[in-house]
Amino acid sequence: MSAASHASLAPPRGVPPTMGMWVFIGSEVLFFGALLAAYGVARLHWPHGFGAASRHTDVVLGTLNTAVLLTSSAVIAFAAACGEQPQQRHRVARLLWVTAALGCVFMGIKGWEYVKDFREHLWPGPGFAVQEPGAELFFMLYFFMTALHAFHLLCGIVTVAVFARGSARRRPWASPTRIEAVALYWHFVDIVWIFLYPFLYLVERHS
Amino acid sequence: MSYLEEGWTLKSWLTSTDHKRIAILYAASITFFFFIGGVAATLIRMELVTPQGDLVSHATYNRLFTAHGIIMVWLFLIPSIPSVMGNFLLPLMIGARDLAYPRLNLLSWYLYVLGGVIILVALALGGVDTGWTFYTPYSTMFSNSWVSVTLLGVFVTGFSSIVTGLNFIVTVHAHRTHGMGWFKLPLFVWAIYATSIILVLATPVLAITTLLVIAERLLHVGIFDPAHGGDPLLFQHLFWFYSHPAVYIMILPAMGVASEIIPCFARQRVFGYRFMAYAILGIASIGFLVWGHHMFVSGQSVAASMTFSLLSFIVAIPSAIKVFNWTATLYKGSIRFDAPMLYALGFVGLFMFGGLSGLVLASLSLDVHLTDTYFVVSHFHYIMVGGSVMAYFGALHFWWPKVTGRMFSDLWGRIAAVMIFLGFNFTFFPQYLLGIEGMPRRYHAYPPEFQVLHMLSSAGAVVLAIGYLLPVIYLAASLKSGARAPANPWDAKGLEWTVPSPPPTHNFDTPPAVPERVYDYDPRKPRESMA
Repeated sequence: MSAASHASLAPPRGVPPTMGMWVFIGSEVLFFGALLAAYGVARLHWPHGFGAASRHTDVVLGTLNTAVLLTSSAVIAFAAACGEQPQQRHRVARLLWVTAALGCVFMGIKGWEYVKDFREHLWPGPGFAVQEPGAELFFMLYFFMTALHAFHLLCGIVTVAVFARGSARRRPWASPTRIEAVALYWHFVDIVWIFLYPFLYLVERHS
Repeated sequence: MSYLEEGWTLKSWLTSTDHKRIAILYAASITFFFFIGGVAATLIRMELVTPQGDLVSHATYNRLFTAHGIIMVWLFLIPSIPSVMGNFLLPLMIGARDLAYPRLNLLSWYLYVLGGVIILVALALGGVDTGWTFYTPYSTMFSNSWVSVTLLGVFVTGFSSIVTGLNFIVTVHAHRTHGMGWFKLPLFVWAIYATSIILVLATPVLAITTLLVIAERLLHVGIFDPAHGGDPLLFQHLFWFYSHPAVYIMILPAMGVASEIIPCFARQRVFGYRFMAYAILGIASIGFLVWGHHMFVSGQSVAASMTFSLLSFIVAIPSAIKVFNWTATLYKGSIRFDAPMLYALGFVGLFMFGGLSGLVLASLSLDVHLTDTYFVVSHFHYIMVGGSVMAYFGALHFWWPKVTGRMFSDLWGRIAAVMIFLGFNFTFFPQYLLGIEGMPRRYHAYPPEFQVLHMLSSAGAVVLAIGYLLPVIYLAASLKSGARAPANPWDAKGLEWTVPSPPPTHNFDTPPAVPERVYDYDPRKPRESMA
């Protein structure tokens, strides 16, 4: 209850100290949920357009990115678990740096994908390559959702890096509870990607 | 030393993480925006005195009612009771020293101010003409007004809401003092808690919706444009999925206030406390399921419309339970008509009336006739102004001694309450009749046969405006010359009344003792300390 304990005049209740982060994640679920709902409506309307557009996404890069992000989640989970012991702070710092690095790898791959998409005329606008109705809408949602996800990931990378430094230098604010909250946030960003990946990369892939 | 004496500089106010100071920062800001929104309303009512559109052009008129809606909804009503009273009272009512995240609290105010400034800039640049509802495709493809800037301001203000809600939820869960179980909480705390859940879950949907509209305007690609495969109706679903729960953000705290004032001035425990708490939760949850009642004539399926109509009837039930219980709380009580009580009683009556007109609108066949008429305008003003604003004023008067340490003139308090009540009815009752007769909303010119009712409404608005200005004068005067307030001038129950008026910065010297029963009033005992 480190950050919040000063407000209590009574012993802490059976409330997880990371409750604030859970509530924030709750709001973020609705944030991305609104977009997924819009995607769902649009896909029901244009199943073939979405399928045709999805086949133009780079499933190799998308799968690679999924592996990168899942691995980073495992790494930060280790960091949070190790965070309990103060003598492990250097290991925690190393694990957090690896997490941030993997996040940067994800961003790099995503950026490269965006460049490729631009070259293949998949950015919505005049000159859009795929003729099937609904395909342009798919890519509008694709860029919107992945950009929003990337923004959240960027905030996560910065925060993880700050805590990596703080942990290495034994700063009191880099407490185990806060590292656990950061890890929760990272897992959430990962889970969003776990939804985005099949919705964007795996539509009508069999054909 | 009280929290007011903690520092006298502007910097001490602008950098304070004390929930009580932040509440006052919010109070000052929302009052500022209330008057700007009021200026827009004044111009609207002046225009509508005559059938011709002769005061302002139609383009300006569109900008006026849009500005009025945006400012009153997002910059006044949504933050009003939660961010002012909720901020000040929540820790006090549960026996805590502050909110769970005090610095986040200060951030929420800065986000609110930033969003408000952005919206004001958009207004100064020329405003928006889409209505506060920003319907597509007009807002995305055809409006030549400052839509993107305004929506950016709304987006930023939304985060203030989310952060406030988050803070309140964690505070109620984690910082209740020893002995303060959930069913010992004042109903105001229940109301703020439920409101916070809505803030956290509904506002993100608005945030995404504003981003999508901005994206479509700036990049000309969109999810709302049929030429690109989109659907303009999707905007309405997304917008109302937030905006219907938003009206519960605006009314639930008001209900919480009524549940604090009425028992105190009837000297009786709230009738049916548990049902009141469950009703609050019921309103908050069912309120997420009724958004389609704003879209009955949009072209959605009859099945969807029937479902939303049924659910809208159902959501009225917990509200009705609350009105019954407030009334039952009065029965056989020892009632005093101090200023806060006049506001609270006015709230109950006007909210009930507005709620009944809501049932009329929830009836599909009637709504087809009444939608987009002044009947709708009157309905929501009864609830939001007759309901929420009256409750806000009631709260302002009830807790004024606690917040400022001063008593205000009760005579002027009662005069203002009566003027507001009468002025309100004079303004808005004719609008029900106008709506039934077919006067459309958002029109500045109308057929001459509607003029009498419009003139009545505008005349009422004058009385209402005076009523709203009176508290500014006598409450400000009380700061200088009002009697010093004791800790508990109303002999009210609740932990906030056990600390001095105004409270010390740290709220409680020792953890407060929670009474056995909440609202432990007895009508047979006279009130102990009189103002």
